[in-house]
Amino acid sequence: MPVHPSPSSPSPALHLAVALDGAGWHPAAWREPGAGADRLFTAGHWAALVAEAEAGLLDFVTFEDSLSLQSTDPAGPDGRTDLVRGRLDAVLVAARVAPLSRHIGLVPSVVATHTEPFHVSKALATLDYVSRGRAGLRIQISERPDEVGHFGRRTTPLDPTELYAEAADHVEVVRRLWDSWEDDAEIRDVATGRFIDRAKLHYIDFEGPRFSVKGPSITPRPPQGLPPVSALASDAAVYPFLARSADIGYVTAHDAGEVRAAVAALPATPHLFGELTVFLDERQATAERRLQRLDAAHGAAYTSDARVFAGTPADLADLLLEWREAGLTGFRLRPGVLAHDLPAITRGLVPELQRRGVFRQAYEASSLRGLLGLARPANRYAAPLAAATSPASSPAA
Amino acid sequence: MSKPLKQIHLAAHFPGVNSTTVWSDPAAGSQIDFDSFVHFARTAERAKFDFLFLAEGLRLREQGGEIYDLDVVGRPDTFTVLAALAAVTEHLGLTGTINSTFNEPYEVARQFASLDHLSGGRAAWNVVTSWDAFTGENFRRGGFLPREERYERAKEFLDTAHELFDSWDGGEILADPVSGEFLRDAGPGAFAHGGKQFDISGHFNVPRSPQGRPVIFQAGDSDEGREFAAASADAIFGRYRTLEEGRAFYADVKGRLSRYGRTPDELKILPAASFVLGDTDAEARELAHEVRLQQVSGATAIKYLEHVWNRDLSGYDPDGPLPDVDPEPGENTIALGRASVRMHGDPVAVAREWRELAAAEGLSIRELVIRTTARQSFVGSPLTVAQAIDGLVQADAADGFILVPHLTPGGLDAFADTVVPLLQERGVFRREYEGPTLRDHLGLAAPRTLAPVRG
Ligand SMILES: Cc1cc2nc3c(=O)[nH]c(=O)nc-3n(C[C@H](O)[C@H](O)[C@H](O)COP(=O)(O)O)c2cc1C
Repeated sequence: MPVHPSPSSPSPALHLAVALDGAGWHPAAWREPGAGADRLFTAGHWAALVAEAEAGLLDFVTFEDSLSLQSTDPAGPDGRTDLVRGRLDAVLVAARVAPLSRHIGLVPSVVATHTEPFHVSKALATLDYVSRGRAGLRIQISERPDEVGHFGRRTTPLDPTELYAEAADHVEVVRRLWDSWEDDAEIRDVATGRFIDRAKLHYIDFEGPRFSVKGPSITPRPPQGLPPVSALASDAAVYPFLARSADIGYVTAHDAGEVRAAVAALPATPHLFGELTVFLDERQATAERRLQRLDAAHGAAYTSDARVFAGTPADLADLLLEWREAGLTGFRLRPGVLAHDLPAITRGLVPELQRRGVFRQAYEASSLRGLLGLARPANRYAAPLAAATSPASSPAA
Repeated sequence: MSKPLKQIHLAAHFPGVNSTTVWSDPAAGSQIDFDSFVHFARTAERAKFDFLFLAEGLRLREQGGEIYDLDVVGRPDTFTVLAALAAVTEHLGLTGTINSTFNEPYEVARQFASLDHLSGGRAAWNVVTSWDAFTGENFRRGGFLPREERYERAKEFLDTAHELFDSWDGGEILADPVSGEFLRDAGPGAFAHGGKQFDISGHFNVPRSPQGRPVIFQAGDSDEGREFAAASADAIFGRYRTLEEGRAFYADVKGRLSRYGRTPDELKILPAASFVLGDTDAEARELAHEVRLQQVSGATAIKYLEHVWNRDLSGYDPDGPLPDVDPEPGENTIALGRASVRMHGDPVAVAREWRELAAAEGLSIRELVIRTTARQSFVGSPLTVAQAIDGLVQADAADGFILVPHLTPGGLDAFADTVVPLLQERGVFRREYEGPTLRDHLGLAAPRTLAPVRG
């Protein structure tokens, strides 16, 4: 057996997430054996996927979402009957599976363009409570005119630069609301009859061009303090938003050169994950033939904004390690067919990465921040501990 | 022949943020930790209750310009906690209070349709209509809705949500891998709504859910509120104090249904009710008195009086007489975000009434508040309480009750263990769930397409 870098090698372990959507990312995925296409709108479908991902020790799963019917046409419905249409609210799906899982992070997608940051903030804080510290948020914008029609509040066309600026304000409000309660605000002081110390609750007083929000939140600070925020890093137009707002960016690079460019452009983002659609089989030829078969069923070759990989888990591991060398800290994989490629990731790729000493053998932390190596952040509103007034306090860090 | 016994509907209100909730008791747990919700929900399900109920408030209450700190503060997000509870229960209905003023129909309809899918048909929506600018300061559009328009928006909101729910009829999805047809026809979910409050169109993206639509609740006591319920709700969450009040309310609301082509059993009337149990009636009464003293401290009593007086009364002794000054007229600025403020229409008249009552019976401020904030409450031995509940339901003062225990999360346990078996023995409460959905529990038919809600 070849000797791979030992677990004590200096390069840190890589992080692994999967993107859950319908029956998988290939348009014909729902027609595959075991796809469970008639169960896509049941809790059981989602619970089984999350259980499989957790058995593979993955860092987190994301749940795709949008406020319009899936379509190949960016302007509106495409009139097709051969593709999966319809979906459930991603935050609710994540909450539904939270009590059934214990370690894996749960990251629903939210469209900032049409939602209220106040609602999003308390929903994600609550997801963090019901999952005991495993919530994350994936933020997206929407330029779709049909989506605008579903809300009737804005006019088209929408300018993406403005939408990203608005999304950055959205995230800022969400995070301020998470911080609007200090961790120890609930005092239950029977002597004075006070349930909370109101000095530890804070108005956020956010003022922006699109909205202003007073605060505080109705929900206390979530277990993680600030659940991690993530977004697609699909092109340079998103980078200012990512730099300001994201803990994780999903880079849709096609080669190591593009990876290096994205890494250089986003020096402050704690995690940059490579984004790939994967078709995995024990032989390269089998994976390619499967993809061809799916394409034939669909009637067109599969195209994607991200790199499409069809091959063996070992070859994928090689590619992931090469891209990690180029500066990525992890990967969000889009299984081409969930029923096939998710188990191929958890039972094929993961053991391969473990053999090479670059992936965990067991969950090492109970929160998503913990799995990602992110410290629990201090509260921006809390007065810093004055060393002089508490000489007996333990040394910081 | 006497008429057959009515079956009682019972539900449980998770004790949230109000002075009913006793947090100072050593047995009181967290109002936030998910474990509390799990315990509470599983007790309700063990007792075969129809549903669990969550209230909502979208801004922390304030008094005198400061965040109110004497009661429980803070609560989780309604949708998220209900979706998580769907994973730890099998039959229990999941009722969430969601405001129609600070939300949009497309988003709320897809959240409720999603919850209904994820719970296998157990979702219900309590439509509330708070409109105030104070709450609006937390939202994009601010306090944009004049008070008079809140039911107009609520009606149109609900109409629009129904159009969205009905935009899929349930037969669209074939998911046939052989033919490659996922959908029967292109473009399911088409809707178009043009009205004063909403002008929206497009395609709803959640397929029809197990119940078709969530069960609809209404909470609000005004004439407009009752009319709204008669036109469009499956159940009313109400509050009243006496048998007479209950019967009058029941008769009034059920009487409005025929105007909308509906029968009396299509709208369930479920008032909120607290309870205190003891081995004997005397023991329960003593316990109830202690609970009232925990709920209404001297400081709480002064704060409550300020809701009506609309002025700072911190200088008054809670064990002394009522203030001799009159309430400050005009918009209530001292207590913000409290439903009780809205319930006292004419503060000067309320103050006069309370002074007369206090003088006649020699009540201190605190004693008066304890008296006047008493709600429908069942106090006694399990047998006494079972008889009282059954009596009110058979006398057409209610179709059942939404029980509000004063302790989180164990406040329901004794009721489940002692009162429920007695009701089952009387043949007025289920021993097993009859079906999987909340509509089944409430005895409601599958939804038919309602005529547009009228104003
Ligand atoms: C029993 C009851 C429970 C209520 N619960 C809530 C609630 O949880 N959240 C909320 O915002 N409003 C709540 N309300 C307020 C009503 O939605 C409504 O805004 C208020 O009663 C004024 O309307 P009305 O004039 O029709 O009574 C409740 C009202 C009643 C009567």
